Amino acid sequence: MIPLHSVLLLAGLLFALSVAGIFLNRKNVILLLMCIELMLLAVNFNFVAFARQLGDLHGQVFVFFIMTVAAAESAIGLAILVVLFRERRSIDVEELDTMKG
Amino acid sequence: MIQENILLTIVLAPLLAAIVAGLAGRVVGRIGAHTVTIAGVALSFALSAYVLKQLLDGVPTYDGSVYTWLVSDGIRMEVGFLIDRLTALMMVVVTFVSLCVHVYTIGYMHDDPGYQRFFSYISLFTFSMLMLVMSNNFLQLFFGWEAVGVVSYLLIGFWYTRPTAIFANLKAFLVNRVGDFGFVLGIAGIVYYTGSLDYSTVFGARDLIAADTMQIFPGVEWQAITVVCISLFIGAMGKSAQVPLHVWLPDSMEGPTPISALIHAATMVTAGIFMVARMSPLFELSETALNMVLFIGATTAFFMGLLGIVNNDIKRVIAYSTLSQLGYMTVGLGASAYSGAIFHLMTHAFFKALLFLAAGSVIIGMHHEQDMRKMGGLKKYMPITYWTALIGSIALIAVPGTSGFFSKDALIEAVHESQLSMAPYAYWCVLLGVFVTAFYSFRLVFMTFHGAERFHADEHHKPHESPWVVTVPLILLAIPSLVIGWLTIQPILFGDYFGTAISVLPAHDVLGHVKEEFHGPALFVLHAFTGVPVYLAAAGVLAAWYLYIKRPDLPGQIATRVSVLYKLLANKFYFDEIYQAVFAGGSRGLGNALWRVGDVALIDGGMVNGSARVVGWLSGLLRHLQSGYLYHYAFAMIIGLSALLAWYVLR
Repeated sequence: MIPLHSVLLLAGLLFALSVAGIFLNRKNVILLLMCIELMLLAVNFNFVAFARQLGDLHGQVFVFFIMTVAAAESAIGLAILVVLFRERRSIDVEELDTMKG
Repeated sequence: MIQENILLTIVLAPLLAAIVAGLAGRVVGRIGAHTVTIAGVALSFALSAYVLKQLLDGVPTYDGSVYTWLVSDGIRMEVGFLIDRLTALMMVVVTFVSLCVHVYTIGYMHDDPGYQRFFSYISLFTFSMLMLVMSNNFLQLFFGWEAVGVVSYLLIGFWYTRPTAIFANLKAFLVNRVGDFGFVLGIAGIVYYTGSLDYSTVFGARDLIAADTMQIFPGVEWQAITVVCISLFIGAMGKSAQVPLHVWLPDSMEGPTPISALIHAATMVTAGIFMVARMSPLFELSETALNMVLFIGATTAFFMGLLGIVNNDIKRVIAYSTLSQLGYMTVGLGASAYSGAIFHLMTHAFFKALLFLAAGSVIIGMHHEQDMRKMGGLKKYMPITYWTALIGSIALIAVPGTSGFFSKDALIEAVHESQLSMAPYAYWCVLLGVFVTAFYSFRLVFMTFHGAERFHADEHHKPHESPWVVTVPLILLAIPSLVIGWLTIQPILFGDYFGTAISVLPAHDVLGHVKEEFHGPALFVLHAFTGVPVYLAAAGVLAAWYLYIKRPDLPGQIATRVSVLYKLLANKFYFDEIYQAVFAGGSRGLGNALWRVGDVALIDGGMVNGSARVVGWLSGLLRHLQSGYLYHYAFAMIIGLSALLAWYVLR
């Protein structure tokens, strides 16, 4: 049986990786979406690990919910991305700075 | 028993007439306006005389409230009347003079477009003054006090298109505010110590005030009664135009002449004198206050009289004479000769109203010329005006036998008897004042009616005698100016006329000493020739005759010879300039400073624009954080999250 801390370590690594991906990546919005997915998965790992550790099914139920929401979210995100590309002919993160004050 | 209905009618008749003439002036027309107001005042006069007669017949004093306005914390604010002989005397004087002025106004304001308005105002003036004198409580007294102030404001500025008139009425109003402030403080002190506004209650509790002390400045104990009396007297100083609050009175000459007569003789300025006499039970308890009253009165009596010598405006000379005579009355009050002051008030009301109306008649005759240097020799053109003005003048300078003589001589004697520390100063002031009074009065008579004709008039603009509506009031006023003193000195000054209305401590009873010398009016006249004042007055008349008839070139030479003194007098001791510079300039400077510092710098600059600028500046800084790049925001979130977590874990 895999000890809890290994799982948590993995989850933490995954999370850190995705965070790094979010702000190191300067080129591609799709990569951003993927990083967010990865973050959610890292969180899911935590849920599952604790659910097993504590013998409580709630955590696993949460995971299902999160996966559903994540699917919906990435669908919407990709849709936005398509519209964005149509508008600007680019999905370069560097160029998405209309929010600049 | 005096009936309440009669008293209400006395007060309300002029008010009603004022409302009719004022609000329905167009409907009732000129004749309607003067008919209704004269009828109202005549009714008041008749009933006042009736009330006075009742009181003389021994009917008891009326003291009662007719209406309770409100009760607050046990302090009743009421409308009520206290009708004793003091009040009744004032009522008769006020309504009589007012009646004469009303009739006279028909002639004087004949061509004025504001005819109805003027009648409405003077009736309202009468109403205010009646409310003031008939009151039985401090609140109503204050109401009358302020109402008189407001109407005087309206009347002085009656010709509201003249900038000088507007300036003068504003000045009168503001200077009176200063006095009224003291007055309100005095009333507040009385309410504080006695918990009542009612005269009889307050006078009954006067020992309560006398027993108390207060600290105005830390470490200095003041008798409460002194503070209250001085505060009240400051009010009187404003209304009765005593130095240093006298500056408004000469300027009030900007109004039409009838109201000058009304203000100076019957209403307004006499209010202060009346009030102090009414408060005699309080003033008696404070020698400090009495000394102050003496000092102020004496200063006014002498120094304001001096100003009359150099003035060339016929009305202003009389105005300074009023100031000086008010000073005499105030001196009388200070010497505890309250009945003497009221007596002088009464005689003065007649001859001063007479003098003003005569001056007005001269002004009509001269086609609205007021400068005495452009008059002269009017005697043959205006005989009635001349003789009545002469009667007024001899009464004013106290020629033995005239009304002014009895009152003024009694006052001088009373001051002479007074034991207060200020009395010697006051005595010299009033004594020298006699000479000054005689000098300026006869200077006026000589310059106006005698000597060379200095006006340039063609056939159509010759001076002419005024119509009967003007001369009849003159004659009506000339009669009491001559005889009222002789008739009434015995009861008013030395008899028991006032009874309990005026209270004098035995230690202050100066009139009692004078009384020992008094053996009937005829002997009083004879006795005068053994004293100084008569000769001083004669010297004043002679001096005026010598300077203005015999050697008319001399006054100019004297003026250049002692030009410093002349300038001092011609500029009225620089009171106006000092007030302009210090108070007007000071408050304007303060206002300016407050505007610059408080308004422009602090509120506009600091709070309104300043806060906006700070927000703008801050957002200018913050907008640099908004790069628009998603990864910057995400990074900030991560940093924040880590910081929070770190804080949570390491705490």
